[in-house]
Amino acid sequence: MAGRPRLTDPVWDYAPAPESAGTVSIAPEYGLFIDGQFEPATGGRQFVTINPATEEPLARVAEAGQADVDRAVAAATTAFEQVWRPMPGAERAKYLYRIARIVQERAREFAVLESLDNGKPIRESRDVDVPLAAAHFFYYAGWADKLEHAGFGPAPRPLGVAGQVIPWNFPLLMAAWKLAPALAAGNTCVLKPAETTPLTALLLAQVCQQAGLPPGVVNVLTGAGAAGAALVAHPGVHKVAFTGSTEVGKQIAAAVAGTPKKLTLELGGKAANIVFDDAPMDQAIEGIVNGIFFNQGHVCCAGSRLLVQESVAEAVLDRLRRRLTTLRLGDPLDKNTDIGAINSREQLTKIRELSDAGEAEGAQRWSPPCQLPERGFWFAPTIFTGVSQSHRIAREEIFGPVLSVLTFRTPAEAVAKANNTPYGLSAGVWTDKGSRILWLAQRLRAGVVWANTFNKFDPASPFGGYRESGYGREGGRHGLAAYLDA
Amino acid sequence: MPDRAPKAGAPAAGAPAARERLDVRKTYKLFIGGAFPRSESGRSYPVRTPDGDLLAYAAQASRKDARDAVRAARGAFGGWSGATAYNRGQVLYRVAEMLEGRAAQFAAEVAAAEGLTAAAARSQVAAAIDRWVWYAGWPDKVAQIAGAANPVAGPYFNFSVPEPAGVVAVIAPASSSLLGLVSVVAPVVATGNTAIVAASPDRPLPAVTLAEVLATSDVPPGVVNLLTGHQAELAPALAGHQDVDAIDLSGADPAAAAELERLAAGNLKRVLRASEGDAEHGWAASPGTRRLLAFMEIKTVWHPVGI
Repeated sequence: MAGRPRLTDPVWDYAPAPESAGTVSIAPEYGLFIDGQFEPATGGRQFVTINPATEEPLARVAEAGQADVDRAVAAATTAFEQVWRPMPGAERAKYLYRIARIVQERAREFAVLESLDNGKPIRESRDVDVPLAAAHFFYYAGWADKLEHAGFGPAPRPLGVAGQVIPWNFPLLMAAWKLAPALAAGNTCVLKPAETTPLTALLLAQVCQQAGLPPGVVNVLTGAGAAGAALVAHPGVHKVAFTGSTEVGKQIAAAVAGTPKKLTLELGGKAANIVFDDAPMDQAIEGIVNGIFFNQGHVCCAGSRLLVQESVAEAVLDRLRRRLTTLRLGDPLDKNTDIGAINSREQLTKIRELSDAGEAEGAQRWSPPCQLPERGFWFAPTIFTGVSQSHRIAREEIFGPVLSVLTFRTPAEAVAKANNTPYGLSAGVWTDKGSRILWLAQRLRAGVVWANTFNKFDPASPFGGYRESGYGREGGRHGLAAYLDA
Repeated sequence: MPDRAPKAGAPAAGAPAARERLDVRKTYKLFIGGAFPRSESGRSYPVRTPDGDLLAYAAQASRKDARDAVRAARGAFGGWSGATAYNRGQVLYRVAEMLEGRAAQFAAEVAAAEGLTAAAARSQVAAAIDRWVWYAGWPDKVAQIAGAANPVAGPYFNFSVPEPAGVVAVIAPASSSLLGLVSVVAPVVATGNTAIVAASPDRPLPAVTLAEVLATSDVPPGVVNLLTGHQAELAPALAGHQDVDAIDLSGADPAAAAELERLAAGNLKRVLRASEGDAEHGWAASPGTRRLLAFMEIKTVWHPVGI
């Protein structure tokens, strides 16, 4: 025996272990889900959704226009007034429980479809996205008949029709985050999934049919930004909920100004992940990797700024580089894959542009040796060192597998650097000292603070940002407030 | 004190038969960072009773004054939000004590500003003091009604706490010069925010006197900053300011509210829109927790559990 393998030994290769794409059947084309039925868009407009790992088309999908938005809002209005609002909360709850169960039962289909359409590793869609989506329906199902005990007054009322626009990074999970609390509170929904990832929302619409959900309670409009803008602007919508970029969030806030619509926004971030010299180092390395390379860094709360205490900076970076050489990039359906495909060519262009800016501004770029597939959209995990706070890669959200490393000496300096951003969605703290965790947690201007962990989510845990990361919370009791007139 | 107010053209000198003591009149100034400056613009404007009698000249704050006030509020935020909730409650209760001692002065000013009878003005002042007391009790309780321990599926102690949003601009109600003002300012500062308040443009004098109370009640400088002047000048400057975190549009001119909200979207300020209910009830109704919670952020912390 040659003894235990050392970190410096060559990485052993794994045999491919692909999940079967045959788990899910994808139709050649999909319609809009309006009033309980799938139907083509007015005028028959369609767009193609592709697999970002191969650039192969997956399906043709209806592209909603103004007339379709009108029909969907009308259906949601009728369902709200005649069916969903008058229905006892206990009955609404049972529909949501049914949906949760069917999502669990069809979990493999959802996971494979999500990885095909989004490019994320099957390990993540299987272990994170889909179970959390089901858990979210379960959690809010239980609130539907308990709203008078939720602390929003004796008789909180639903708002009406919720227009919900979601991004492409967690397509199914974001649909669950939007629909579950809205429906539990007694609202009806018109959901607009992202243009590049419409398929799991349409499968969820099918699940709503299977659950026997009354027509019009949930409507799904696939399409591009114009459909989302038309939905936000529709006078029949009482509540707008948006997850996406800060830039679009500002446009929506301006569009909603002067109307009676209620608005919640979950936007971008530039989270600091702060590592102290007493941190449990193996955990911290895993946490840094999970913080920025989870979901290819397509995460609004990604730990994209590593703040590492100067005394351990070199040691942390050595170990981090070694760990990165073991990350496996490739086929999203392979169960061994750590880094999947970038979701779109457009996003890949943006990541490249910002990374080039990082080099141009003087930061040092490093990536592990990494064979990128020939087809599809790929970006190797990347670390920038020598980053200053004024660099674009320290200020702007890259939304890709790119980590900017900065250093600090004192806890006060760590707090000042962490808060030096217009965003305020999340932050991470790695230290062995509980009192220091809480000291930092008090001072970090961010809606979620993870201590000795990162990118953890739970339906009972409120999520949302400070400052330009948006307003309102999703998850937990607080998530109900966004959908109640209290 | 309408009888003591300077009437336009009233002779200030002379030799009455029974010689009365000559009043020392007050100059109504701004309140920024704990000091009482005039507007940097040097401007003032006449403040009149509803009947048109001149009461005094008030400082007409400029956009620069508004920016100075934001700086003062930002500077005060760390200390005020970091103070213990108990301490903030104590300081705010002290404000109520000072208000009580000045009740007669406020009653006279409210009567003059709003054209009320003496009894009606006294009742407004009493309600304003009581409202301040109500909010003074909230700092050490709001986290208990708005926070939570969240039962997540994992080895974490997960808790949510409400925190102040930061620097809040308040467009105070136009008609209710003291009760309305207190109703919008107290909830903002009770929860640890700092405030820039644009007082009622036509009825600003009780607000300036409230600032004098705040200045002598252990409220740290910069926690409340008060501007008097034209709303058309001040409100857009505050709504568009990039270092203001939230804005209360309760007193905004309805015709301007939509544009102010659009300006606020520039840095995604939290916006509390004017509510018809407040005006309808003349600010007399029990306020509830809506205003307290409007300017708080929920922070959720995942703390590991293990040995």
